[in-house]
Amino acid sequence: MPHLFRTEYSKMVAVLIRIFGFEHVETAEDISSETFLEAMETWPYKGVPQNPAAWLYAVAKNKAKNHINRRKLFTEKVQPKVTGTVAHPEVLERSFSAGNIQDSQLQMLFVVCNPAIALDAQVCLALRLLCGFGLQEIADALLSNKEAIHKKIHRAKAKLKALNMGIQMPELKELPARLNGVLQAIYLLFSEGYYSQSNDQVIRMDLCTEAINLAYLLLKNTQTNTHATNALLSLMCFHASRLDARQTEDGELILYEDQDEAKWSTGLIEKGFYYLQQAAKWQLISKYYLEASIAYWHTVKIALPEKWPSILSLYDALLLIDSAPAIRLNRIFALSKVHGNQQAILELCKLNLKNNHFYWRLLAELYQETAPDQTMQSLQQALKLCRTKMEKRTIESAILKFANRASIVDLYEQ
Amino acid sequence: MDWVNGIVAQGKFVSGTGLLFDDAKVVDHQKIVTDGPFGEIKETLGGFIIVKAEDTGEAAGFAKGSPILQGEGNTVEVREILINTM
Repeated sequence: MPHLFRTEYSKMVAVLIRIFGFEHVETAEDISSETFLEAMETWPYKGVPQNPAAWLYAVAKNKAKNHINRRKLFTEKVQPKVTGTVAHPEVLERSFSAGNIQDSQLQMLFVVCNPAIALDAQVCLALRLLCGFGLQEIADALLSNKEAIHKKIHRAKAKLKALNMGIQMPELKELPARLNGVLQAIYLLFSEGYYSQSNDQVIRMDLCTEAINLAYLLLKNTQTNTHATNALLSLMCFHASRLDARQTEDGELILYEDQDEAKWSTGLIEKGFYYLQQAAKWQLISKYYLEASIAYWHTVKIALPEKWPSILSLYDALLLIDSAPAIRLNRIFALSKVHGNQQAILELCKLNLKNNHFYWRLLAELYQETAPDQTMQSLQQALKLCRTKMEKRTIESAILKFANRASIVDLYEQ
Repeated sequence: MDWVNGIVAQGKFVSGTGLLFDDAKVVDHQKIVTDGPFGEIKETLGGFIIVKAEDTGEAAGFAKGSPILQGEGNTVEVREILINTM
């Protein structure tokens, strides 16, 4: 049921917004919520329907119909003036078709990514409405906290409603300006699916797939088939190629070094390379392009001599464009591979990201050989700061193994 | 991946940095600071310690002394790390 909610709720909202207009976003959300509530109340007794999604859409359609009929005066006299469309019951039939749903999602992305609101607010709203992200998930993606995100979303919704728009696709000439926010939202959707810091299911393939599909749709329109879109798709394909190899059947994480390369999707790796080439046609460099280039290198498991120096120089270039903590942290990992742990430790300590559990995990890794007590302390700090069960387990097992090694050394020195 | 190798053979894959150009312009767009799918830490860092041993037998000997084994049902995994010489 949570899975169904994840995949269908936001699509349903998107379609309903299309019918009612953005100013009725709450109606769209209400109808969707009511539909899911009805499912939760009736399925335990009547059993889960053969086609759950179809059941959900049928119910949502009926609720929408009732809502329209109740507000007949509004829909016939007032709404056309506001949204330029009339919500006829016939429209409902078309609206819930498969192709239309994906289009609606993309449309809603573009509507929500309106330059009238700040970029971060655009992305918050997009993640909330489109992807069904919880406040914590959005907070993690934007390196913020739940309260701040809640405020941003509230204000953004109010502002967009005040602008009185429907969900028609913005004018062609407006698309490029909005594309930035759209791509950011897709990027963060993928990132959450690639690795979640707040969800016990660390890897969520459905989010990654959704992100890739949305980016792919963007390629079909010349206005949105840009360097950045291709680069983003490239980076997602490269990272997604290993999703199958990263988990056991029980959902345990398999780290890069332990992954079975036979499970890496060569199809996706080739697609990644294809889109990287496409992106290169523009002779531009973007954050997504550099990240895609780095992601390319991770599809090469063998430690070729140029692998880590290449990754490091790509991170150096990336830092010039974007100085996010994640970039700084991961760059230092690459630096340790090229210049050794000591230099990496020096740079890492300058970063001082003490509230970030990845900071402590990296520090632990770097101190392993030279200062085991520091490793232990760092792992303990990481354990305090991480949130998901999986991360706790991984760190606890690292602590156990490290303690074990320490005791073996003691044994041999006696 | 013959297709990739073909591109490399044409000299179009600049070794070290992927496909880059001398006069490339940076895409200028508004930025917000975000997280992202960076695999060096999220996918690579774990915590398993590499034990240097002559063979898995010797490594298993190390493992036998592990306090973890005192817990019921716990195991310590011993794995040989293959070095791929290509």
